Amino acid sequence: MAEDIKVIVFKLGTEEYGIEVEKVQTIERMMPITRVPKTYSFIKGVINLRGVVIPVIDLRGRFGIEEAEHTDQTRIIIVNVNEMEVGFIVDSANDVIDLNRDIIDVPPDVVGGIKAKYLDGVAKIGDDRLLIMLNLSEVLNKSEIVQLESLEG
Amino acid sequence: MDMNQYLSMFIDESNDHLQSLNESMMGLEANPEDLSIVQVIFRSAHTLKGMAATMGFEDLASLTHQMENVLDLVRNNKLRMQDFIFDTLFKSIDALESMVEDITGGGAGKADVTAIVSSLQAIVRGEVPSAGNASAEVTAAASGNASAAQVFLDEFQYSVLEQSLQEGHQVLYVDVAIRKDCQLKAVRAYMVFDLLERSGEVVKSFPSVQDIEQEKFDYGFSLYYITQKDASEIQKMILNLSEIEAVTAVALDQESLRQMGQDTAAATAEASAPAPVQEAAPTAAGIASPSSSVHPKEENGKAAPARAGGAPSPSRTIRVDIERLDVLMNLFSELLIDRVRLEQLASEVQNGDLTETVEHMGRVSGDLQNIVMKLRMVPVDTVFNRFPRMIRDLAKSLDKKVDLIITGADTEMDRTVIDEIGDPLVHLLRNAVDHGIESITDRIAAGKSETGTVHLRAFHSGNHVFIEIEEDGKGIYPKNVLASAVKKGAITQEQANTMSDDEAYQLLFAPGFSTAEVISDVSGRGVGLDVVKAKISSLGGNVTIYSTPGKGTNFSVQLPLTLSIIAAMLVRLGSEKYAIPLSSIVETGIVKQSQIRTIHGNRMLEFRGSHIPLVSLSKIFSIPDYDESTEEETEIVVVRKGERLVALAVQDFIGQNEIVIKNLGKYLPEVQGISGATILGDGQVALIIDPNAFIK
Repeated sequence: MAEDIKVIVFKLGTEEYGIEVEKVQTIERMMPITRVPKTYSFIKGVINLRGVVIPVIDLRGRFGIEEAEHTDQTRIIIVNVNEMEVGFIVDSANDVIDLNRDIIDVPPDVVGGIKAKYLDGVAKIGDDRLLIMLNLSEVLNKSEIVQLESLEG
Repeated sequence: MDMNQYLSMFIDESNDHLQSLNESMMGLEANPEDLSIVQVIFRSAHTLKGMAATMGFEDLASLTHQMENVLDLVRNNKLRMQDFIFDTLFKSIDALESMVEDITGGGAGKADVTAIVSSLQAIVRGEVPSAGNASAEVTAAASGNASAAQVFLDEFQYSVLEQSLQEGHQVLYVDVAIRKDCQLKAVRAYMVFDLLERSGEVVKSFPSVQDIEQEKFDYGFSLYYITQKDASEIQKMILNLSEIEAVTAVALDQESLRQMGQDTAAATAEASAPAPVQEAAPTAAGIASPSSSVHPKEENGKAAPARAGGAPSPSRTIRVDIERLDVLMNLFSELLIDRVRLEQLASEVQNGDLTETVEHMGRVSGDLQNIVMKLRMVPVDTVFNRFPRMIRDLAKSLDKKVDLIITGADTEMDRTVIDEIGDPLVHLLRNAVDHGIESITDRIAAGKSETGTVHLRAFHSGNHVFIEIEEDGKGIYPKNVLASAVKKGAITQEQANTMSDDEAYQLLFAPGFSTAEVISDVSGRGVGLDVVKAKISSLGGNVTIYSTPGKGTNFSVQLPLTLSIIAAMLVRLGSEKYAIPLSSIVETGIVKQSQIRTIHGNRMLEFRGSHIPLVSLSKIFSIPDYDESTEEETEIVVVRKGERLVALAVQDFIGQNEIVIKNLGKYLPEVQGISGATILGDGQVALIIDPNAFIK
């Protein structure tokens, strides 16, 4: 019997994603973002989080999903991975659930729009909820981004 | 006991002691007769040994122990300092340094030092003037008894001893050495004390009884003892205990006790006066014996806390993790942001009391800001102090004579700058000694004194710190530099013909450029001045060379006081705000569209008689809502990198401000033209422009 983990649940479009709660520093409402020129299009800029300057990524843009207007529900999830502090812009974030590791399955090759390598797995909760667990180190892997950009550009 | 919590303290203090050892050794080398310096060295070595032993770093402890043995002979006038002793001791210090480094890096501080240890032991064996007397001393020292030589009587204890003598008791000075393989030395020591206390009274012991109980001693201790029994009897009694290596009990009489009292009062200087050394029978030797054996001990006891002998008195400081200061800074900038917000609100509310309070808060937080800044300031001394030793070794290996004169070592700089500046300075100093200062014969031939002088100066000027390295060597001949540059293909002959001296000097900073004809061991290994220049530029500073051929060269390094706060000009481009460091701004102005010309497709601007490029920030940064080309008049900021100028087109000037520099975090890739970010009074983040990026 594997242990339970706590997972922050957020939405991009209609899909639900999960990040382990230990990796999340805080969840903030939308705030003014200072654009940083000459960088990847999905890096929206930097914010002032209580005196610390933190870069912010639009997670839709990162996964190649069409970007959406920000609403009252839009949140910035500040994560701390590999000593990097980064904010993710997500459509909404309003749930914390307990998840048993056992119910996380190996992800299929493609889920929604995003590549399998960004995923740790997919968890089926209840009858009709699918939770996509993110592999944050991969999402923040920069060497791969350079390739991505050069392919696109 | 968990030693880890003491480890960082141990490392810090060891480094302090190593530094002091290095400095004192240098002092002693300049002044070999000054035994008070030997005392300082001995104490440092001794403390180091004690700390290392407590922390369980046996190799460190045993090497320092061997050093002590040598030093002990020197301070007792049994050994005169000579070149090879200096060299061996310096080598020992180097070995200690690398051990401490190893410990710092998480190692166990192990090192193979058998070669050094055996030469230290050879010195102890070979250089003793009178073999008979000294051998006793040496074995005593070698058996780990050096620490025992540290008993200092205060007035009260002295008078107790004196009275006991008058009343016909025996006063003994007892030195006990416990065998090294003893498992429970504290217990052994306890048995000695127990035994002694059955037939007398221990007046004073070193180390103190508490320390001995906690095993805070090496394998020996000394004490003053009042009894009715004879010295020889006591000696026999103690020796009867097992695991006792050696015991010396010396009976003191009125005369010798008085002598010790005088010694107690005597100044440090007396230690240097040669004392006749006779560790002979107590009765016959009378005055001489106790005085000579006790004398240095007092010196130790007295000066240990105060660090005599020219060493600076310990300042009352605490060590703080630099990260905590960063946190403090972050919190503080938040406070400043709130303050600005409060000031805005107060001016809207128009309440007299509120305005007054907010103003007062403003003043207090201003003072606070100053203090927080000052917390990060460290004297350059922390970098400079390793240079004398380096120059000494360098001069020796190059067979040159060099004096290093340091001035302004108390000049303070931000910790972040200090941490970075060491390597470039090492390089410049090596360069000065290797390339600058001539060999002794050349100097004499040139009519100079055979000893070259290197000045290392630090001073404040405005918002900058200058560090100058100036030598009186052969100087740099611009012609030679140019010739060498042409030969290497760095420039053409035509270019060389038109270059000024200053431009020629700047060539020295080009990658892969070295004027040295012979690649020496010291410099010229491919790491050139270009690395120095790059490092200093990355710190926001620059290097200038002034040289008089035949007379010497001066490398002047200009550095910002701090890396974390700069004065900057805030500018607006559309809806975005940027900060430009004031230090690189030459001037600001307004130009008309008609003044902008196009040369080879580049937009240029006439500025004080020459043409400089006009850089469009709005294009480079793809600013969404501003483009200066649609405007009739454009505000410009002229920035400088070295001699070159560039005009940056902006929309508006907001004003000058002190800004706290923040980095953009690990995730963001290097952004061209942006060197960092800052948080403005309204909480918004503004990016800091790196003017150097626009000047190629």
